[in-house]
Amino acid sequence: MNKTLLIFRHEFLHMIKRKAFIIMTLIVPVLALIGIGVFQLISTGEPPVVETSTIGYVDEAGGFDQYTTQGYVELVHFDTPGDATAALINGDVSEYFVIPSDYLSTGVINRYTLERQLETPPAIATVIKNFLTSNMLADKVPPETVYRIEAPLGLVTTRLTETGEVATEQGGYGNVIIPAIFGLLLALSLMLSSTYLVQGLGEEKESRLIEVLLSSVSARQLLTGKVLGLGVAGLVQVVVWLASLPLLLNLASSTIGGFFSTIQLPANFLVLGIVYFILGYLLFAALSAGVGAISPSAREGQQLAGIYTLLVFVPLWFASLLFVFPDSPVWVVLTIFPITAPIAVMLRLGVTGIAAWELAVSLAVMVLSIVLVMFLAIKIFRIYLLMYGKRPSWGEIIQNLRSG
Amino acid sequence: MLAAEISHIAKSFADKVAVDNLSFSVAQGEMFGLIGPNGAGKTTTIRMMMDILKPDSGEVTILGEKLNEATKNRLGYLPEERGLYKKLKVLESIVYLASLKGVDRHSATEKANELLTQTGMLASKNKKIEELSRGMGQIIQFIVTIIHDPQLLILDEPFAGLDPVNTELLKGMLADLRNQGKAVILSTHQMNQVEELCDRILMINNGQDVLYGDLREIKARYRGNSVILDFKGELGEIPGVTGKRIHKGYTELMLDGKTTPQQVLSHLISRGTVINRFEVATPSLNEIFLKEVGKKS
Repeated sequence: MNKTLLIFRHEFLHMIKRKAFIIMTLIVPVLALIGIGVFQLISTGEPPVVETSTIGYVDEAGGFDQYTTQGYVELVHFDTPGDATAALINGDVSEYFVIPSDYLSTGVINRYTLERQLETPPAIATVIKNFLTSNMLADKVPPETVYRIEAPLGLVTTRLTETGEVATEQGGYGNVIIPAIFGLLLALSLMLSSTYLVQGLGEEKESRLIEVLLSSVSARQLLTGKVLGLGVAGLVQVVVWLASLPLLLNLASSTIGGFFSTIQLPANFLVLGIVYFILGYLLFAALSAGVGAISPSAREGQQLAGIYTLLVFVPLWFASLLFVFPDSPVWVVLTIFPITAPIAVMLRLGVTGIAAWELAVSLAVMVLSIVLVMFLAIKIFRIYLLMYGKRPSWGEIIQNLRSG
Repeated sequence: MLAAEISHIAKSFADKVAVDNLSFSVAQGEMFGLIGPNGAGKTTTIRMMMDILKPDSGEVTILGEKLNEATKNRLGYLPEERGLYKKLKVLESIVYLASLKGVDRHSATEKANELLTQTGMLASKNKKIEELSRGMGQIIQFIVTIIHDPQLLILDEPFAGLDPVNTELLKGMLADLRNQGKAVILSTHQMNQVEELCDRILMINNGQDVLYGDLREIKARYRGNSVILDFKGELGEIPGVTGKRIHKGYTELMLDGKTTPQQVLSHLISRGTVINRFEVATPSLNEIFLKEVGKKS
């Protein structure tokens, strides 16, 4: 058998037998299945009983005496704040509010509670608001209008294609969730595979096994075998995740329904997911080979590798910004910058989609940087492979690259 | 065809010359000693032979050609510092590394079992490397070095860290390999090992050739004009002996230029002296080395 193939086989088998790898690969489908199972268990039980709570109020302005039942909340009238406070301390009401006599001109409502809160719970605020609105409008407009004023907007948006038909992808959070989860997993997978590459090289250097290997194979064969072996293992992982997603989604939307049935996989998602994993991995592998070559030990190599593996996660840090400013030029930069590209593309696919030219530029930049980094890595690899003990300074590395 | 031919290789690192214009050759079936103190340039020389480092100048020919994939398969290399995949089992490690030397898995497994039996390590074949003692690990690495039946073996400090039992085991296996016609290059700073095993030597210091040639010839060349004697009783006056030096357990007799050791021996026998040991004093390689290095500096 070809020696590159032998190394490939060894690295691949070694990787897929690692506990961390197996756990990472299976954790996605298993966790999702557990989640669906737990939901099933809960939802088949008795529906939870919502307790009604009682809120007191003191009406100094006058006229607020109708609509005292708001959902699960019962509103009880007190004559004076003193009575209300006594009831609050007694535990008859959970809190109370006072409508001052000048309420109409100021809009101020004073709320009293025994609990320490960051802010008024939105549910309570809504109850109070609806109570006030209803009473002020009572007898002036029909009850249906009162309801409409309380909830005036039930927005239904439909996305049309350029020919005027209803588009298959409707957008929304249902469209984002899978790419976002997958983006996170992709970043983890890239990090895991490149960490193992750096670690493996570091161990071979530390144990001096590298000399035995190089007395049998060339540096190129060793590097190619390793990069491909770990890469294919990573690909297996990503394919397992991607393949389990549609199955799990079907299961979730048929058993849980609701939000899950609105989840969609963006077009090209599977293809781009695999393409960006492969390109991202090759880039990381080349970087890792270079880092592995210049680091004297596995530990030091991982510290160096931490720098660029951290960069992969940058798009995820800004993910919430993407939802607010999807058209910011920052996203174009993150899509084109090769280290952040894989995750940025995954996220944007779910939110707004990506212009064809951006994808083309992003792919081209990735391929170019892979070629460049590979070239440098093989050079560095050869020079520093046998240097043990001290990591060369960046100045020395640049000098060596020029001369050697 | 020579097992290895090295002509005028040189290698400098940033701040120092590691190997300076070194030439030597190793014949098939020969045990060759590459000796010198720590830092003399032995390992750099070997790495250039293995094509791990590129020489700045000079040529290396291994088994008649420049090192390539085919010649790598006929070469066994034991590096100075040892290590194997810690998490891998003994047999798996041997078979994987043998496969990189072009041996198929089946024959590698067979040969590995044979060598493990020979070294008394068969019981450990399913242990992980990290569970082995240092000495055992070294034996495994030696097995990896020879499993593909190489024509040329290059061993860098093979005895370092081995206990006397394993040292003897290794020496025996090396002698067998030489007798099978393999060439063995032994690089070490332990000169006594070389004296015992090697046919020819290259002694280097600071990257330069100090002594090169047949070990017996070299020793004969450095033979002093004295004999070593261990005896009982009184020695008295011996004709032709100009001086005596008493050592622990023996006495060294200095001869004048005209007297031979044979004459001294027959004189002692004729006088009836009880002789436990009588030998022509030959300096050890260590002494020769110190003498040569002292001369140059």
